[in-house]
Amino acid sequence: MGDHHHGPAKGFGRWLFTTNHKDIGTMYLWFSFAMFILGGFFAMVIRAELFQPGMQLIDPAFFNQMTTLHGLIMVFGAIMPSFVGLANWLIPMMIGAPDMALPRMNNWSFWILPPTFLLLASTLFMEGGAPAFGWTFYAPLSTTYAPPSVTFFIFSVHVLGLSSIMGSINIIATVMNMRAPGMTYMKMPLFVWTWLITAFLLVAVMPVLAGAVTMMLMDIHFGTSFFSAAGGGDPVLFQHVFWFFGHPEVYIIILPAFGVVSQIIPAFSRKPLFGYDSMVYATASIAFLSFIVWAHHMYTVGMPVAGELFFMYATMLIAVPTGVKVFNWISTMWRGAMTFETPMLFSIGFLVLFTLGGFTGLMLSIAPADFQYHDSYFVVAHFHYVMVAGAVFSMTAAIYFWLPKWCGRMYNETMGKTHFWISFIGFNLTFFPQHFVGLAGMPRRIPDYALQFADFNMMSSIGAFIYGASQILFLYNVIATIVAGEPTSEEKVWDGAEGLEWTLPTPAPYHTFETPPAVK
Amino acid sequence: MGFKAKRLLQLALAPVLLLMGVIASAADGGLSSINMSPGVTEVGRQIYDLHMIILGICVVIGVLVFGVMFYSIIYHRKSRGVTPATFHESTKVEIAWTIVPFIILIAMAVPATTTLLDIYDNDEAQLNVIVKGYQWKWKYEYINEEGDNVAFFSNLRTPQAEIYNTEAKGENYLLEVDEPLVLPANTKIRFLVTANDVIHSWWVPQLAVKRDAIPGFINEISTRTAEEGVYRGQCAELCGKDHGFMPIVVNVVSKEEYAQWFANKQAEAKEVNDLMAQTFVMDDLMTRGKSVYERNCLACHGANGEGGVGTPIAGSAIATGDVSGHLDIGINGVPGTAMQAFGGQLNDVDMAAVITYQRNAFGNNMGDLIQPIDVYNHKKGQ
Amino acid sequence: MTSQASTEYEKYYVPEKSRLAICATAGLILSIFGAASIMNDMTFGDPEESTYSWSIFLVGLFFFMATLFSWFKIAIDENIAGLNSAQLKKSYVLGMFWFIFSEVMFFFVFFATLYYVRSLVGPWLAGDGEGGRMNYLLWEGFEYAWPMMETPQEAVGGAAVQPIANNGAFTSAHTSMAFADAHAWYAWLPMWNTAVLLTSSLTCHFAHTNILKGDRSKFNRWLGITVALGMFFLYLQFMEYYEAYELFGLTLNSGIYGSTFFMLTGFHGFHVFMGMTMLLIQLLRSVIGKQFTAEDHFGFEASSWYWHFVDVVWVFLFLFVYIL
Ligand code: HEA
Ligand code: HEA
Ligand code: HEC
Ligand code: CUA
Ligand SMILES: [Cu+2]
Repeated sequence: MGDHHHGPAKGFGRWLFTTNHKDIGTMYLWFSFAMFILGGFFAMVIRAELFQPGMQLIDPAFFNQMTTLHGLIMVFGAIMPSFVGLANWLIPMMIGAPDMALPRMNNWSFWILPPTFLLLASTLFMEGGAPAFGWTFYAPLSTTYAPPSVTFFIFSVHVLGLSSIMGSINIIATVMNMRAPGMTYMKMPLFVWTWLITAFLLVAVMPVLAGAVTMMLMDIHFGTSFFSAAGGGDPVLFQHVFWFFGHPEVYIIILPAFGVVSQIIPAFSRKPLFGYDSMVYATASIAFLSFIVWAHHMYTVGMPVAGELFFMYATMLIAVPTGVKVFNWISTMWRGAMTFETPMLFSIGFLVLFTLGGFTGLMLSIAPADFQYHDSYFVVAHFHYVMVAGAVFSMTAAIYFWLPKWCGRMYNETMGKTHFWISFIGFNLTFFPQHFVGLAGMPRRIPDYALQFADFNMMSSIGAFIYGASQILFLYNVIATIVAGEPTSEEKVWDGAEGLEWTLPTPAPYHTFETPPAVK
Repeated sequence: MGFKAKRLLQLALAPVLLLMGVIASAADGGLSSINMSPGVTEVGRQIYDLHMIILGICVVIGVLVFGVMFYSIIYHRKSRGVTPATFHESTKVEIAWTIVPFIILIAMAVPATTTLLDIYDNDEAQLNVIVKGYQWKWKYEYINEEGDNVAFFSNLRTPQAEIYNTEAKGENYLLEVDEPLVLPANTKIRFLVTANDVIHSWWVPQLAVKRDAIPGFINEISTRTAEEGVYRGQCAELCGKDHGFMPIVVNVVSKEEYAQWFANKQAEAKEVNDLMAQTFVMDDLMTRGKSVYERNCLACHGANGEGGVGTPIAGSAIATGDVSGHLDIGINGVPGTAMQAFGGQLNDVDMAAVITYQRNAFGNNMGDLIQPIDVYNHKKGQ
Repeated sequence: MTSQASTEYEKYYVPEKSRLAICATAGLILSIFGAASIMNDMTFGDPEESTYSWSIFLVGLFFFMATLFSWFKIAIDENIAGLNSAQLKKSYVLGMFWFIFSEVMFFFVFFATLYYVRSLVGPWLAGDGEGGRMNYLLWEGFEYAWPMMETPQEAVGGAAVQPIANNGAFTSAHTSMAFADAHAWYAWLPMWNTAVLLTSSLTCHFAHTNILKGDRSKFNRWLGITVALGMFFLYLQFMEYYEAYELFGLTLNSGIYGSTFFMLTGFHGFHVFMGMTMLLIQLLRSVIGKQFTAEDHFGFEASSWYWHFVDVVWVFLFLFVYIL
């Protein structure tokens, strides 16, 4: 016991029993990629059905199951675990720690996920089909009118929450307690900062989601009336509880992405990050505001006008700290000496497209205008701009950026750049036209649509296939790198990169920082 | 910024302005396929203007921000041999770009607030209509002082054949109903929106009305109809399988025409009342039953009674069993399942017809007739 | 906390690979699968059919509990073996703190729900706003009062009259749990519950001060009293539920009043049970294992924080559920 100087164990047991942050990070990343493929496959089914008006491939009930599972799996299975994986790999390396603070719990947080998503996906084969009430599962569609598989869905959400809470507690404990001497809070890399705040958000709101599904469970099986007016409850209560979780959730998705981009842009601009302090404060302000804006998803439920105004103003305010971030990134680029390797391309793609998505978010936040936008494809366009071009692009950038460090091999740059350009074009072709159909009145979550929406939907579907196909290139590139990439042993893979992780040998050793480094 | 920077900005601005121009003119020219429609109401116009203002502001900010970014990308690249600067903060600039967006937001909030307050101005309406969402159709109920109310359901009219691509799709594919909501022009109307089962949302873009229909609660929203015309919309809240198939059609007609229509409706209601007392023969019931079935039951029980969301009717134990059991399900539904209580939705004639139809179609061939009076008695006897 | 206190470097204990996580996962997944199946059998199932749901659930739960038990045992053994640096101990402290914070948020949801239905939904249903039309058109005759002694559904005459979606018929409570309906103050259980729980918080604190002084026998005594009080609380709570169901007609089906009442008190009761179990284990560790010293007694400390947290929740509950 206690001697860690040897490398990883051999065989399957290494992964099952590991307590090593890098192994766990790797598992998180592969798992999330698998979920990305699954969720992406469901999206392809959706886009294929929407290729033309009329019902061609699937029936409406199954379409709703696809939409629901696509949203759930992308949000909870692909994006969130991917950033947890990144956190596992990088936080100890960035703050000079030997590992995560609570390594066994770390392993548990991960291993809960695969069987839970297996259970969730298996609802597709259950009687009555998978959940078909959207990823927002509004009552009473998700209670009285739900298929029996909803019970499995509810328990899956419970344990997913458990996993997230444990993962976040671990990250908080690591950041608060494991920093190398001299690594003060205001010296931490921004990725660590954004994750610290994200973890706080997670610990605060996952229990709220647990409360929401618990009430559903009680309504379905034990005769309570939380979401039924007949017994004195209110279906809208569900929406309040859900969005009290749901809005912070979208910042849980995007804050680590901000962190990633804040590491990459300075590296390729060869210039320190502009406005570090204001970045930290902006992140904290976004987190704070995220708790008081939830009802902007509910402008049409018939709130009193004072409520609408409050939530409108609060939501609009988020543009200020987010703007600070955007301006800081651009100032970082200003008068730098930029090069445009794949991670930088994806970061710039992120910057441009996320900002576009932010603008549409701001438009949505204007309550009277949202009366027309709400539940139309305009909303779908908005959140794919912030989540796909935001979170997924930055995640992709992160993989290209740190992969050489992790495995000591360089990816194929040409292929990487090709991946970027196809993704960029495919993505915009998919989601830009959705603004148009949304404004023209196409509701979301419909399997079939009126004829005037046909052209843009076809465009959108073609774009989706292009974007989806470009991910094959990515997958291939990553595997090829790991297996047979150009070996590199330079500590600083990128000449402009700064931070403790770049002081380690390449590839990063199995155990990092057995003795803490000195930080000036 | 040098001369080049200005050129660059102009270059960047040009396509954006072009795009804005196209969008704006397309919308004004009635080609509303890529922009929000200003609609036909005062509120709609206001919302549209607001939308264009915020869109414009965002576009301008975007052009400035991305202009700077692309300038930097083009001129501050390593391949041009630049040496990177080392500055990394400037309190002055940072404060500026915190305050300026804040001011812009206030500028946006002002028109947003006035528009919102206008929408919420619920002064007395001349006509009240209850809009009630059902899985998957709308019910409209006119309430006026005289008390002789008119109520009817509005179902999707597009035939299955068009949806399943065996027939060419019509012009108003998926946006057509059997009975539209008819409203008088130039009248202040209050919609009382609610639902029977799950949450729906009543959305007619051209009237700029969208309100969630929440079971057990009533949401009010009013509008002043303007010109005559046909305005189409769709349910805007996921409400289950056929969420995409519950359109809304509003027919705004002149006041005279409306009065005529309303009188007709009342007469029709009386006619049905009279029919209740009548005794029917098999053929009449089967024809009527078929059309009732297609409008109300087919979505779940299939065109040939083969089932779907609902259990099969062909050969079903209930449809070939005891009449009163069959009536019971038709009238009261099966609580906790998608099978709703149709007792309040179909009049006794239609109920009698559809039950007769189910018992005799799809090879069930029970041969029995159910008369309106049987339905009436069954309801009484409960 | 910005400066690392010691410049002296202690080795952080990173455990070797461990089977705990994977076993805990297996147990957890089995038990939730079983639990979900049990409920589905209950609501959607065929009563004739026999299923394995209970067996799956119990096997899973047993496996889960056994894993947790050995997990804690291993953690304790490691501590006794001196593997835990001061830094690791602080990680445990942080872990416990944030865990309790997440529990606070969980209760927050139910308190917020109570507020929402009491202060907003009830008056709406009774016709507040919208010119009273909502009440007139949908729930005619419904008058709002809290505790809700008549559900909207009952007010309009049951499911047949108002086909608004629900899973069953909501009945109402015959009597409220508030003090007004108790026969005499000394027969009013919630008050005794409050007294018991507040006292137990105090005794728990005494246990703490004694272990800080290194006085194990006093520690054991106070901790024993705390655990006993916890059990007594649970007994009283059980009696209260019995009364609610048998005498007051207040059940889970009693509309929103019953829903909020049982959810809040039920989850609190469950947390009391967990806290009591945690304290009991600490007691056994101290009595049998002679563990804990004046300097090192984190297991007890963590459990006591949890206990105080449960206590604070009760104070709010007493206030908002029973008194106001
Ligand atoms: C990563 C996830 C993510 C992010 C970051 C955001 C960011 C924002 N979102 Fe979005 N949103 C979602 C994910 C996200 N959203 C999802 C998933 C939904 C749909 C859920 C569902 O119903 O299924 C949704 C829906 C949604 C709605 C509800 C729409 C409806 O259903 O009717 C609203 C309404 O206010 C909204 C607003 C905003 C705002 C104001 C921001 C802001 O944070 C954006 C701020 C950024 C900027 C504004 C750009 C940069 C700023 C500048 C360059 C400064 C200068 C600018 C100005 C002064 C204008 N979002
Ligand atoms: C982070 C989250 C995330 C991500 C990454 C995505 C990614 C994508 N999403 Fe979306 N989406 C949501 C979150 C996300 N989505 C949410 C929350 C909803 C709302 C759900 C609801 O209404 O309840 C939604 C809804 C939604 C809709 C609206 C459905 C409706 O309203 O009915 C559509 C329609 O176009 C869509 C499309 C897509 C597409 C084409 C992608 C693409 O980016 C996917 C690309 C990925 C792949 C394709 C997989 C990897 C590729 C391969 C392994 C190669 C093989 C593939 C091919 C050869 C094609 N999504
Ligand atoms: C929204 C879907 C839906 C619609 C519309 C619908 N049904 Fe049903 N129906 C169901 C479902 C679901 C069941 C199965 C209920 C159960 O689980 O017992 C069912 C069952 C039945 C049965 C019992 C069949 C059997 O043997 O089990 C009859 C009879 C019936 N419906 C008649 C009708 C009539 C008449 C109409 C139209 C006026 C209609 N249904 C419209 C969903 C629907
Ligand atoms: Cu009704 Cu969607
Ligand atoms: Cu939001």
